[in-house]
Amino acid sequence: MCDTCGCADPAGPVRLTAFRMARDEKAAGHDDAGPIGHAPADGDGDGDGDGDGGARTMALEQAILARNDDLAAASRARIATRGILAVNLMSSPGAGKTTLLERTVRDLAPGHRVAVVEGDQESVRDAERIRSAGVPVVQINTGRGCHLDAAMVDQALRALGPEPGTMVFVENVGNLVCPALFDLGETARVVLVSVTEGEDKPVKYPHMFARADLVVLTKCDLLPYLGLERDRLIAGIRRVNPGAEVMELSGLHRTETDRPASSAEPGTGLSGWYAWLRHRHGAQLANAGRQVGGV
Amino acid sequence: MHELAITQSVTEAIVERTGDAEVRAVRLVIGRLSGVVADSVRFCFDLVTAGTPLADAVLTIDEPAGQARCGGCGATFDADDILPRCSCGCVDVAVTGGDDLRIVSVSVVQAAEAADVPQGRGTF
Repeated sequence: MCDTCGCADPAGPVRLTAFRMARDEKAAGHDDAGPIGHAPADGDGDGDGDGDGGARTMALEQAILARNDDLAAASRARIATRGILAVNLMSSPGAGKTTLLERTVRDLAPGHRVAVVEGDQESVRDAERIRSAGVPVVQINTGRGCHLDAAMVDQALRALGPEPGTMVFVENVGNLVCPALFDLGETARVVLVSVTEGEDKPVKYPHMFARADLVVLTKCDLLPYLGLERDRLIAGIRRVNPGAEVMELSGLHRTETDRPASSAEPGTGLSGWYAWLRHRHGAQLANAGRQVGGV
Repeated sequence: MHELAITQSVTEAIVERTGDAEVRAVRLVIGRLSGVVADSVRFCFDLVTAGTPLADAVLTIDEPAGQARCGGCGATFDADDILPRCSCGCVDVAVTGGDDLRIVSVSVVQAAEAADVPQGRGTF
């Protein structure tokens, strides 16, 4: 029904597929499908209830996203008491979220508890990629939904059941608009922007970049082949969000055989990414007042 | 196009408060800097509310302008987007309003009264 981006058909139920380490299990997806039908287009009346014989006006004064935000707050509290780091990864499609996650889980899983929640409209392709990297993953398929919300992530986390001290990565639906508005209860928001997307993404999609804790520039090894003005891209990020950290990553597409065994070989920028994750993870563990996991 | 999900949230939140009571009117505030397009919510509203107690309710959306304060000269002014520039040339500007997303009020008919309406018409 949405002719802008084809998203969020209320008739399309959300599905959840869990890939556990011991065995694959299917977790029932929740179906928050609302009613759909046709009614006369209208909606710009005075709305004050005058002339509605018998109707009374009830003041509600509540945030439209109150339910989402309450659920997110509850998730955030549970995550915090368990010393879990939950990272919400967002970007346009193709910026390299799944590629970064594949590398990250391969490099970190030997020493850390890592788990992943994958969000896509359709297919379990990304979950399979992460699963083959060796960590538990739950795939959320939003149907025609264009973003993850707190209810979906709450359900995915319950299906995943991360142990205390786990690093949980939530890969949002590839989209620079809709996911910006929905708090998932994450510990940190990370936005990826690939250098092939041009300099203007931060100022064209400011809502997405405005609330990021970290902005990661990906595919920076392609800079010599592009006309991109890197400094202008970074200036755009600073303009929208002066407090965000900015990091640059390169060469994540290289396969196992192409690259050295070292987890963060020089030139990729991965050592900075892992240092950032360990720092945030350490803060979560310290806040939780417990020392679990091999940090 | 997250407006469909937003509209569903509005409907669910109202039904949670008003139950089966017929809702005749809904008033929302969607600030111009909220990241939600009011016209898209209007477009979605009839689709989402069909078959619910909000069906046929009149939707009114107040769209307050963005407000901003310049960190340089201290001026306050209306902002058209979330990256405003002060007339003094400064871009160190904080958005201070116009990002609200609120359900203000609804106009409801109690379930018993609503049930009386068709009966009354039936005997006419």
